[in-house]
Amino acid sequence: MIDLVQFADEVGSDGPVTITGLGTRGGPVEGERGVHPPAGIEWIQADEMIVCCGAGTPVDELVAALSAHGQTLALPAGGTVGGALAVGRSDHRRLGCGPVRDTLLQARYISAAGEVVKAGGPTVKNVSGFDLCRLLVGSRGTLGFLGEVIVRTRPLPQHSQWFTHATTDPFDVFRRLYKPISVLWNGSACFALLEGHPADVAEQAATSGMTACDGPPTLPNGSRRSVKPSEVLSQTGNFVAEVGVGIVHHSLPCVVNSTGEREAALAVALKDEFDPTGRLNPGVHP
Amino acid sequence: MSAGLAAPAVVLTELAADLRSALAPGRVRTGTTELALYARDASNISGSAGVVCFPLTTAEVQACVRSAAQHGVPFVARGAGTGLAGGATPLDHALVITLTKMDRVLSVDPVNRFAWVEPGVLNLDLTRHVAKYGLHFAPDPSSQQSCSIGGNVANNSGGPHCLSDGVTAAHILALEVVLSDGSVVHLGGEQPDSTGLDLRGAFVGSEGMFGIATKVCVRLTQNAPAVRTMLMDFETVEAGAQTVSAIIADGMVPAALEMMDQLCVRAVEEYIHAGLPVDAAAVLLVEVAGLPHGLEADVARIVEIGKAHGAGTVRIAQDEAERALLWKGRKTAFGAIARIKPNYYLHDTVVPRRMLPEVLRKVYEITARHGLLVMNVFHAGDGNLHPLLVFDKSEPGVMERVHAAGEEIVRASVEAGGVLSGEHGIGLEKRDFMPMMFAPADLAAQAAMRRAFDPLDLANPFKVLPSAAACSDVQHVPDGAWV
Repeated sequence: MIDLVQFADEVGSDGPVTITGLGTRGGPVEGERGVHPPAGIEWIQADEMIVCCGAGTPVDELVAALSAHGQTLALPAGGTVGGALAVGRSDHRRLGCGPVRDTLLQARYISAAGEVVKAGGPTVKNVSGFDLCRLLVGSRGTLGFLGEVIVRTRPLPQHSQWFTHATTDPFDVFRRLYKPISVLWNGSACFALLEGHPADVAEQAATSGMTACDGPPTLPNGSRRSVKPSEVLSQTGNFVAEVGVGIVHHSLPCVVNSTGEREAALAVALKDEFDPTGRLNPGVHP
Repeated sequence: MSAGLAAPAVVLTELAADLRSALAPGRVRTGTTELALYARDASNISGSAGVVCFPLTTAEVQACVRSAAQHGVPFVARGAGTGLAGGATPLDHALVITLTKMDRVLSVDPVNRFAWVEPGVLNLDLTRHVAKYGLHFAPDPSSQQSCSIGGNVANNSGGPHCLSDGVTAAHILALEVVLSDGSVVHLGGEQPDSTGLDLRGAFVGSEGMFGIATKVCVRLTQNAPAVRTMLMDFETVEAGAQTVSAIIADGMVPAALEMMDQLCVRAVEEYIHAGLPVDAAAVLLVEVAGLPHGLEADVARIVEIGKAHGAGTVRIAQDEAERALLWKGRKTAFGAIARIKPNYYLHDTVVPRRMLPEVLRKVYEITARHGLLVMNVFHAGDGNLHPLLVFDKSEPGVMERVHAAGEEIVRASVEAGGVLSGEHGIGLEKRDFMPMMFAPADLAAQAAMRRAFDPLDLANPFKVLPSAAACSDVQHVPDGAWV
């Protein structure tokens, strides 16, 4: 187990403080005292499909280490494990690999009071108490600073290949595929990532009329919109949509949907409970 | 408000009168027999119901909750009452809000693969309802014929097929929830990412202590194009358990990986006559689902791994009828045990898969020492143990032995790196065991979540969190509770 006492001391129990990993997902709050979470892989258990590491461990380093054990995980590439979890944004493989929020099994984090707190447990199936892990994912360090995490992994696929097909009806392709890892659509062509037994992958591609290609299209980064999955059909402009998921990567910025008043009040109540003085990542809103 | 102290009879009478004017009078019950019926769930922990009501709409649930708050009476949301941890057991003459009449499938969207349902819809009914689209609701607890979606949400329910498809939390997209102040919130959404904190995720598994879900948007899963189900038998329980670990370590994630030990297999065989191997020490039920080539490769590899661990016969279901029969054996195990002893106590813990052989050895040792019979039938792929202690409660002193053995089993599981509960929840049953797994600061964080959702402390109080963490010194553990 990583000794989190030193990290807890650095976070302390009063005064504003901000956390940063590699700074790839926004970096620290400017002008505030900064801390870095511990890094390093503690153990990889392929037969349990779990890994334990410091939140500061780079995702790419973890992915490389896991591959030596025949495993991989559903966190987006780049930055740190803690950053990927704290931001909670899934990548284009969400359709087949599940959202980031489903990957965190256990977290030991530093609370606003400077204490080491454990949330969740090391097993995939676990209903021992309330699901604090789900609240931490996507909370952008506003409820606590992740120190050490246990994350679920998945076996590396036997075979993996991107395919493409020109179409204005991505759902026609989507319906024909069984549990694809990713289906992207840019308005005129579909791109699908298929995994599994090579013969199954080939048959799936053939029945959906797709041909092999090098990889997915470049995702525009003007905005990342979240819509009801079928609404990707009504997108216009320069975009790549995640079919079956409802994430649209668009070249233009967009207005973020706001939450309802009562829902916002609940979020405020949670923040007040976990960080009454607002010292953790001040000014950051999940 | 003096939360925790039973409301005087006059308060309950006033509450019932208010409810009768808000709901139809016939849907508010205060008769002795009905109150007794709703005083417990499927656990052996009884409490006391003050009033039982049956709302039909979100507005009626709001009215129920507001009346309860106005009279300072706690409320307990109840689905089908199949919970095994006392989560729906009312304490202190609480108002029981029964959601079974809110049982409509509101809409099914096969393109987006989700459905909006009311909380009283039964799990298997939902799957049957969407079967025509080639879809199903993935969580499939053994009680799926009788448990409700609202209950699945409250307990973050599992089931055999959660090994590959994930537990309920992974299949809930959005919730309409009535909070304890009577307001309605919408958590999550039909779109994949919502702004702000994942309140939806926090709510799932909150055991009725954060509010009442009145509408649920569930994710629907594609039916597999092909399925293969097989049964392997082993001369030792250890060999079966090691096979489970070896299959996962080999990079396969079967759709389900279930194990039964000899006593269980024998009881089931007498009950359903499926031709199960009654002389084996353990039987492994393995199901793989997916595309045909990968499926056949996995079947071959699994048989190979089983044989390497000493599997005797391998029976592969030849058709849907045989597959159904093999699953019937697994899913009726709890009915079959009545042939051995009249009473049972079903446990639910999770251990790392690699620890299964060691913890199972301990389970046999603990139960033998307490002079109890134990049958094991469990989700081996998830490391989710379900030791079933069978006994005759008319035997003097037997309950003490059952409880003592149970506590030792839970402790052994946690010491092996496992958790208190995999799918039944904490409720009242394991509330006071929470410190085995969590330090005071950990419990305080969970109590903080609860306070944010229910500052009035009216939604199913005194469950899950041991009293110190719940900021109360009242010990509300009724007779029969296992603590």
